[in-house]
Amino acid sequence: MNVAFDAILCVLVVLAAIRVVATTDLRAAVSSFLAYGMLLALVWVRLESVDIALTEVAVGSGLTTIVILRAISRMPLAPSSSTGSSPTRSAQVAVGVMCAMVTLGLSGVLLTLPDPAPSIAPYVAQNMPATALGNPIAGVLMVFRAMDTVLETVVVLLALIGVWAMVPQHRLAEVPGPLAPGRAPEPVVFLARALVPFGLLFGAYQVWAGADVPGGKFQGAAVLASMGLLLMMAGVITAPAATNVRLRALLLVGPILFLAVGVAGWSLAGAFLGYPAGLEKPVIIAVEIASTISIALALVMLVLGPPAGSASS
Amino acid sequence: MSDPANLVTILALLASVFFFVAGSVGLVRMPDTLTRIHSLTKADNIALGFIVVALLPQVGSVADAAKIVAVWVLVQVSSGAVAQLIGEVALAEQAMTPSGLDQPDDGRSADA
Repeated sequence: MNVAFDAILCVLVVLAAIRVVATTDLRAAVSSFLAYGMLLALVWVRLESVDIALTEVAVGSGLTTIVILRAISRMPLAPSSSTGSSPTRSAQVAVGVMCAMVTLGLSGVLLTLPDPAPSIAPYVAQNMPATALGNPIAGVLMVFRAMDTVLETVVVLLALIGVWAMVPQHRLAEVPGPLAPGRAPEPVVFLARALVPFGLLFGAYQVWAGADVPGGKFQGAAVLASMGLLLMMAGVITAPAATNVRLRALLLVGPILFLAVGVAGWSLAGAFLGYPAGLEKPVIIAVEIASTISIALALVMLVLGPPAGSASS
Repeated sequence: MSDPANLVTILALLASVFFFVAGSVGLVRMPDTLTRIHSLTKADNIALGFIVVALLPQVGSVADAAKIVAVWVLVQVSSGAVAQLIGEVALAEQAMTPSGLDQPDDGRSADA
């Protein structure tokens, strides 16, 4: 029964992936991409990787799809008719061949993996008590591989700087373009009223519970970010400009606190990113909350895109 | 779990499958966006409700039951609102097509 379910799931994932690249209708490609992400999340659940499934749904298919939708809404409806923009036949074949080679290479690596696969999971399990955390994923992210997590929070900022760099300096004071043109439709206003209180609670819960069960700052931040975007769609709050000092401070608070804890670790715990003994849990929670604020705001600004509107007051 | 509880679960799951199939058939076979949305939201909401009814006798605690009901309420709220949103967009697109322009009275009476 489970094998049958997994087999159907795999076929559906591949079909969705093929439809993303095979369709010439941009909107159909985006909806297929969304379906592909949701199916992929089910695959992660089947692999018992609930943390990754949550991230895939929230960031990989959720927010990314909005970014792509906003991008194609600015593109001409029929890209093939515009002059000289469509790639030549040989370029298409070359891209196809290279993608196929990547797929074949990955399949080859997967099939030649030793069985059982090399794993450091036992060491993680052995040392989990020292972290005061219940979720091994959180242990790896915040303690054993904290360096990677610092870099991840910085990468989100770099991406945002990249988006802001798409407009000249003097236009940074302008607010990002609206999420939807015109007045907000009634259903959106209703959703903003009914869903946002619950969503804020759930996002905060995901961050808090991430220490012991699947969840954490990226997943929670994505939920909080979508609630912010919903409020903007409904016209309840307005998007800040990239030059807003408070916005910039909050964007930086997570990475700076994380790095400060890391540097303090040299004197307090004898290693970069070492946590002071006995204070692991409170320090980790403080870093998690600060990072959540920064990531959520960065995700909102990433979805909103480069400044494109009128100058903000 | 006692037998009546399992019986409720089995019957509710069967009912749920029926409504999900009906909703999916409607989604594929109905002629336009509005009727497709109609079949999708109406039938699928009932089907999801039956899944909730099926799960409730099987949970171990009140907290778990409350979570399942919360999921159901949230899906109701969001799917209802999103259906309205898609419906509004579909109506607006219909009004923009030539056939919509031919009958401006229909558009006005639909708004009222």
